[in-house]
Amino acid sequence: MKAVNLRWRRPPGELSLPAKSGLYAVLIFLAALFTIPFLWTLSTALKTPENVFAFPPQWIPNPAEWGNFVKAWIAQPFTFWVLNTLFVTALSTIGATLTASLVAYGFARFRFRGRNALFILMLSTMMLPAQVTMIPVFLIWREAGAIDTYWPLIAPAYFGGGAFFIFLLRQFFLTIPRELDEAAKIDGAGPLRIWWSVLMPLSKPALATVAVFGLMGNWDEFMAPLIYLNTPEKYTVSIGLRMFQDSMGTQTELLMAAALIHAAPMIVLFFLAQRFFVRGIATTGFAGR
Amino acid sequence: MSGKVARHESAWGWALVAPWVVGFLIFTLGPMLYSFWLSFQKYDLAHGEYVGIENYRRLAAEDPLFWKSLSNTFLFALLSVPLGVAGSLGAALLLNARVRGQSLFRTLFYLPTMVPAVASALLWLWVFNPENGILNHGLGAVGVEGPAWLQDERFALLAFVIMSLWGIGGARMVIFLAGLQGVSDAYYEAATLDGASAWKRFRFVTWPLISPITFFNVIMGVIGALGVFTSAYVMTGGGPNNATLFYNLYLFRNAFEYFKLGKASAMAWIMFVILLLLTLVQFRLSRRWVHYEGDGN
Repeated sequence: MKAVNLRWRRPPGELSLPAKSGLYAVLIFLAALFTIPFLWTLSTALKTPENVFAFPPQWIPNPAEWGNFVKAWIAQPFTFWVLNTLFVTALSTIGATLTASLVAYGFARFRFRGRNALFILMLSTMMLPAQVTMIPVFLIWREAGAIDTYWPLIAPAYFGGGAFFIFLLRQFFLTIPRELDEAAKIDGAGPLRIWWSVLMPLSKPALATVAVFGLMGNWDEFMAPLIYLNTPEKYTVSIGLRMFQDSMGTQTELLMAAALIHAAPMIVLFFLAQRFFVRGIATTGFAGR
Repeated sequence: MSGKVARHESAWGWALVAPWVVGFLIFTLGPMLYSFWLSFQKYDLAHGEYVGIENYRRLAAEDPLFWKSLSNTFLFALLSVPLGVAGSLGAALLLNARVRGQSLFRTLFYLPTMVPAVASALLWLWVFNPENGILNHGLGAVGVEGPAWLQDERFALLAFVIMSLWGIGGARMVIFLAGLQGVSDAYYEAATLDGASAWKRFRFVTWPLISPITFFNVIMGVIGALGVFTSAYVMTGGGPNNATLFYNLYLFRNAFEYFKLGKASAMAWIMFVILLLLTLVQFRLSRRWVHYEGDGN
């Protein structure tokens, strides 16, 4: 993890003034390009229906219809959707974080026959396209009578949480000195005790990274709820939004407000937990090494 | 005694990785084999019947939409991966230069990635709106009459490429940035002393040293691009005239709308094999351009 501790550093050679101005110009231009679609959406979400189609387009809506967010929320069962998504997201994230850390602990601290082969096998699953397992997994859940329940969305997280999380935590555990394990062992701690009382408390940043990615992945997830959930009251926000599009798509300002309601928690999460994102992503990059 | 300790350690190791192993068997390996078996069946949720390679034969010989979806998907990947990877590298290089407000810029670049897939699809649907979308308003301001984008089969795929470039500042860029920051200053200093220009420093120092990261990004980029689904499902449903019928969208329809699970499984396996071969070829080719520090070359 030390290798990905990001420092803002420059290559040597001070830039000349024109080069520097050019650089800023390009950066500002790009930032504008990335931000404009988002601001356009926000602007639309605050417009009256007439102003949505005004020409020339209004950037600052006048009047600003903040009530659009309330209208969008009550037009469809958003309260259900948000609660459902929170439920699925919370349970999946807890499962993924806990089991990924156990598996990572196994890979980081124990020698056993076949460990390296198993580790490489695990990493290679990152490259597996999801569709090759999608249909049989659906049939399994159907056989189990779990269609239109949250089981298919939550249970898989309890089996190690996926290669990315395991890899990330294992890399972090490797940076924790083994002497700490040994000391605890001498004090009579067993392997599980060492995991819970020594490694886990020292790994809070890595665990937070995993949790943040788990939250984001579950909040964003589209395919699984689309396949498994049938009852609108059971929907998560992402497929609820799809239904919203079908039934209220002509009311652009409400649709944009609904899309922003979906996006807002993730944007807040990003601002709160940016450093965990950056560190986590940077670590995956090193899987390529 | 030491044998006993080793056995103890080994048993604990296996016990701890067991959740992943069990999950791998239930949710990955088992389903893969099952999917392979299904691909030789005519299966509609109620009845299954062994039909040999019929599903594969029909896809190849009698299903123009299969080929259409395959070519759409490859065209999309061919455009979006090189542009996306180059764009991410470019953005990372810009951010890696010493500028004020780097973290602000990085945040703004990264923001699009935080917008959930469905929300982002709805947002871009509105951006591409032919009469009232911001893109055609902008083009109109510089005197260009914008096309109907998602409603015009000549431009719809291009619209998806443009949309994919919104993610240039996302995970890929952060990975590049971390790689760039891992390059030792000493190399640049030596190159500068030798009189190397900025381009030569990039070409002969930066590029080889970050090549493993570029390689990783290309591999993951190809897998991601060939898997495009949500945006097309939400924005066009594959239209107009199947111009954005991507492979996964067609597979999903066969599986969950027409309930042709055998055919859909055959499609899944075809894509799996294509990806496997593509990845192997890329690993092969990588020997020519990917440089691993410390391997003596």
